[in-house]
Amino acid sequence: MANDMLSGTPPAGALRSSWRRLTAPVPLMGWLLGSLGAALLELAAGGAVAGLLGLDKIPLLFGFLIAFKQPLAIPGVLAYDILVYLLPVLLVGRLSAPPVNRLVAALYRLPLVVSVLVHLGLLYAALHLWSGVSDYRVLMLNLMLIAIMLTLSLNLINGYMGEFSCSHPGFMALGAYAASIFSLVLFVDDRIFGQALLPAAAGPWLFPVALVAGGAMAAVGALVIAIPSFRTRGDYLAIISLAFLFIVKSMIENLELVGGPRGLGGQPGYAGLTTVFIWCVLCIWIINNFVRSTLGKALNAVRDDELAAEAMTIDTRRTKMTAFMFGAFWAGIAGGLYAHVLQHVTPASFDLRMLAEMLAMVYFGGLNSVYGSIVGALSLSVLSEALRPLELIKWIFIPLLLILVMIFRPRGLIAFKEFNVRDIVKPKA
Amino acid sequence: MTFFFQNVVNALQYGSFYALIALGYSMVYSILMLFNFAHGDIFMTGAYIGFGVATGLTVLAAAGTIVLPNWLILVLTILIAMFLTSMLGMLVERLGYRPLRDAPRASAAITGMMIGLILEYGNLLLLGPQRRSFPRLIQTVTYDVGGVILTNKKIMIVAVSMVLMYALHLFISRTRWGLAMRAMAFDHVVVPLMGVPINTIARLTFALGSALAAVAGIFFGLAYPVLDPYMGIVFGWKAFVAAILGGRGSVMGATIAGFMLGFIEIFVAMVFPSTLRDLIAYSIILGILVFRPHGLFGEAYSARLRL
Repeated sequence: MANDMLSGTPPAGALRSSWRRLTAPVPLMGWLLGSLGAALLELAAGGAVAGLLGLDKIPLLFGFLIAFKQPLAIPGVLAYDILVYLLPVLLVGRLSAPPVNRLVAALYRLPLVVSVLVHLGLLYAALHLWSGVSDYRVLMLNLMLIAIMLTLSLNLINGYMGEFSCSHPGFMALGAYAASIFSLVLFVDDRIFGQALLPAAAGPWLFPVALVAGGAMAAVGALVIAIPSFRTRGDYLAIISLAFLFIVKSMIENLELVGGPRGLGGQPGYAGLTTVFIWCVLCIWIINNFVRSTLGKALNAVRDDELAAEAMTIDTRRTKMTAFMFGAFWAGIAGGLYAHVLQHVTPASFDLRMLAEMLAMVYFGGLNSVYGSIVGALSLSVLSEALRPLELIKWIFIPLLLILVMIFRPRGLIAFKEFNVRDIVKPKA
Repeated sequence: MTFFFQNVVNALQYGSFYALIALGYSMVYSILMLFNFAHGDIFMTGAYIGFGVATGLTVLAAAGTIVLPNWLILVLTILIAMFLTSMLGMLVERLGYRPLRDAPRASAAITGMMIGLILEYGNLLLLGPQRRSFPRLIQTVTYDVGGVILTNKKIMIVAVSMVLMYALHLFISRTRWGLAMRAMAFDHVVVPLMGVPINTIARLTFALGSALAAVAGIFFGLAYPVLDPYMGIVFGWKAFVAAILGGRGSVMGATIAGFMLGFIEIFVAMVFPSTLRDLIAYSIILGILVFRPHGLFGEAYSARLRL
């Protein structure tokens, strides 16, 4: 069937199949090596290439930002993208495919962890080099990784358990404030909390503790929603969670101790790209294992039919409680990272707009799918960043796109697809 | 004591806004089993349409092109805005909700939010971020009833809102269209098979809800003569909470819960510092929902997302 459709339209089909022939033997590691090569090339010769093509400086985000401001620069930007990104990635990926495949096959025979760590190391190296060019890229990457964590943890509640929880920005705010207070009290001399209690040098080492404290705070907050969820579902739970969001926001606004509506600033910059990357990988790894565990399957059972799940000896209360607290925990961690990346948080940022963005990422990417969450968070963050020069029109364009996705793919782009790491790092050919 | 009654008057006025908006949420819910999350922004758009019509008519009247007394301008503004906003509501239903009728309900919720964003930013794009002041169509007359200050605007707002709600009640309980709506709310699978046109009923429901939201918008403009593009978010979500609190799909419940929310907010602000208003109001609502999970007047049947 698929083959028929492909051969039915000769030009596009031919193009697609030649593309496929070109890329089929390249394993993931080949692409990662290619990206690393492209990043190195940009580091070494990016400025020179940009100068030759008549650009003022290296296009920071594949040239989207420039293209909207100066339409005349579009050919230069396209040429830059092809020369610096597309060609090196394709060349390195394709040419290195035979030896890399042998290497990947050798790694594949070792325990899975080794192979995954090598891949992650390459990915991180490429990202690190790519983002080394400017602080803007570092900030954007950090926020994107945080968005992945948020989307994934919200997908746990809204996708895997099938509730419609609106309280995620609230959990995030709890985590952000708890982690900030932890760092500020212990490691920073500031006006609100006075002298630092511990030497500042210990700060980066205890940062995970701060984040986990934030996550735990959010998980405790999640009890407010988890307990009513024993008795009610659907719309009423949506309202309870919405009320929770408003309560958290209003509570922080009224706490003068943490700065009230002005927010809390001065968090030490512990959350560099490395830290955020590691936490994001941890989050994906743990949540992916969780949803594939017995308890994770119990979430799906509770979503599909609560009574039947109960009859099959699933403890629905424990399941709901775990899902809410676990999702909130990761939202809290993401919040702590967010606070330390931006080094300033205000209660006003955890508002309905942020809720709409998170929900959009979850439902755009796809319910019940780790893969979908990653794709949804990445694509919407990049889109939102790339369309920034359009200002207001961006907020008409993105909603329109989402409406179209909802109409034509009501379950999101990649819903109900298992995220199988073993398949991803498999050698090709 | 006068202070108390003064606050009762204010709460009634605030409650009318909430109730008028909450009715739109509740009616759509009872027919289609989904919340129209764009409703808050339809309210905002209704207020701006009213603003446009009122300003236009006032300018024309001032220039002497047409001779209209101010009260007639107000009546015309309300009628025209109701009509245009119900058109908008029907458009939203046709483009945003009809294609999604069999989709998971969460997708429809996302679509609604996105339509809301489009309305908001469309408005920002057209009119800019500055606040607009609603033309003062009627002279404020103040009455002093035993120390309680009443204005003609407040009386008009509360009275007209109540009349509209009663009219809606009559429409739903006495007419054939209302019968069709109630039947659809009772069972939206079998009833369309009996020849009740579901699309027409859905359109009618959106039109009615949007018209009421437009009235709420214009009244808001009269009472607090500033409009800003974000007013739909604040009021919309609060009215949504009221609709749920009343029991979803219960028109009566939405009205009462709308007024109740107005009372809770005003009286919390009366006793506590006003910054605590949201905190306490939502805590009360959370408490009510924990002990009455199906709202005040809702039926206790299992609510499941159709995934």
